[in-house]
Amino acid sequence: MDLFVLLAIQVLYAVASLALISVGLAIIFGMMRVINLAHGEFLMLGGYAAIVATSHGISIWISMLIVAPIVVGVIGIVVERTIIRFLYGRMIDTMLATWGLSLFLVGLTTAIFGNTTVGISAPLGSIEIGAYRTSAYTLFVIGISVVVLGTIFAGLRWTRLGLIARGTMQNANMAAALGVNPPRVYAITFGIGAALSGLAGAVLAPVSGVFPTIGVAYIAKAFITVIGGGAAILSGTVSAAVLFGTINQIATFVTTPVFGEVALLGAAVILIRVLPQGITGRFFRRSL
Amino acid sequence: MMLDVQGLRTGYGRIPILNGVGFAVKEGEFVGILGHNGMGKTTLLRALMGFLPASSGRVQFAGQDVTAFEPYRRARLGLGYVPQGREIFPGLSVYDNLRMGCSKQSGGSESETIGAVLQEFPRLRTLLDRLGGALSGGEQQLLAIARCLCGKPSLVLLDEPTEGIQPSIIDEIVETLERLRETTRMTMILVEQNLDFISALSQRILVIQKGLITQEVTPDNLHNANLIGEFIGITD
Repeated sequence: MDLFVLLAIQVLYAVASLALISVGLAIIFGMMRVINLAHGEFLMLGGYAAIVATSHGISIWISMLIVAPIVVGVIGIVVERTIIRFLYGRMIDTMLATWGLSLFLVGLTTAIFGNTTVGISAPLGSIEIGAYRTSAYTLFVIGISVVVLGTIFAGLRWTRLGLIARGTMQNANMAAALGVNPPRVYAITFGIGAALSGLAGAVLAPVSGVFPTIGVAYIAKAFITVIGGGAAILSGTVSAAVLFGTINQIATFVTTPVFGEVALLGAAVILIRVLPQGITGRFFRRSL
Repeated sequence: MMLDVQGLRTGYGRIPILNGVGFAVKEGEFVGILGHNGMGKTTLLRALMGFLPASSGRVQFAGQDVTAFEPYRRARLGLGYVPQGREIFPGLSVYDNLRMGCSKQSGGSESETIGAVLQEFPRLRTLLDRLGGALSGGEQQLLAIARCLCGKPSLVLLDEPTEGIQPSIIDEIVETLERLRETTRMTMILVEQNLDFISALSQRILVIQKGLITQEVTPDNLHNANLIGEFIGITD
């Protein structure tokens, strides 16, 4: 029984972290159709922002939940205004430009922080489940991703900005004819996607540590989750994260973490073969 | 003058479409623009809305020179647009399409604005939860007009609202537009090929040929077959 609870927590954690690293990309790729190959580096920058802020005496909670998203969100808006906005509709050029940005950011952080892993210790200590112990921070990550996903849902569904963003992504010219300024909506949406990536990178920093090339570890999983999820950015990301996270964690539990990753990738290949439009191409089609 | 256009030239790339269009519309007027395919009707409305840059000429709207304004700034000044093909947001519900129409509204409540507009569109009231893309062409056309009205425009540009619409809804559209013309005295420019539709609504009709306004006629004249042939170029 205890073991089952522990396994359940670990599956939930795998799902939560997968959803967390993917939502920013879901907004930037799923809504804006921008293939952002620097997505992993946005996560990495979020981690560094949190670590630097913490080392300057700012509370770890404020560093992770406020400083990191603001820093990376601002970086995202600058990137959109200086690079991305010239490349809308030019997929290959966007990939090239964001790949270049990714290499630049890796080089820059290596020059500043060195090619070593820095970390912050996870707060909250550990909790006991019968004969086992697990980090209470795991539960915090699960909780924060529920909050993040809930906030995105509420923002898209009920706020004016969310509606205007969805409308503009569907038909920018018509939105402009109704008085919406599309370039501004693009910049804000990209900034929010970047901020969410920064938040995810910061929240996961105490678990994984941060080093300049950590983005590589994130980006493939994030793209797999978003593409596996399909057109509906939120329910797509959640359903793909549930599927892939569960498979990954159960395979890890039964065998080894390496095989867990293999199982995740195998599941993704099969899913895309069976459902080329992703999960929400077939199910939950009317959802967000 | 509500709208004053002088010597407007524009085109797609190096292909000129409008070759110096000039006309003016007074407040409260309902002006039809008639011409057959390829004469530049849609291009004219797109240029008025700011989607095509003017290579020369001038557009004045509500006393301001808007020639260099982007579409969203023209919309905020009170220009409303019901485009050809309707351009409903397919993935948004009917209600959310109407909310998009309110996006330039700064004060007041969205639901009040939408409620007032829906008074004129009883058919839409039962469809509010449906996705825009799931509506029939006629329903989408009504929605496109209603969405435009949510922005409280002072001048509405209507681009071929009858194209591909079943006759029963065409009548409904005519009635709705007539009622709006009577009750709100809203200024409208209607681009059409459907002679009955354009003559039922317009106070005067401009004929566009090869990117130029060549004639102005009254709706009564449109029933004279010879005149029509001459104006629209069927007989030459």
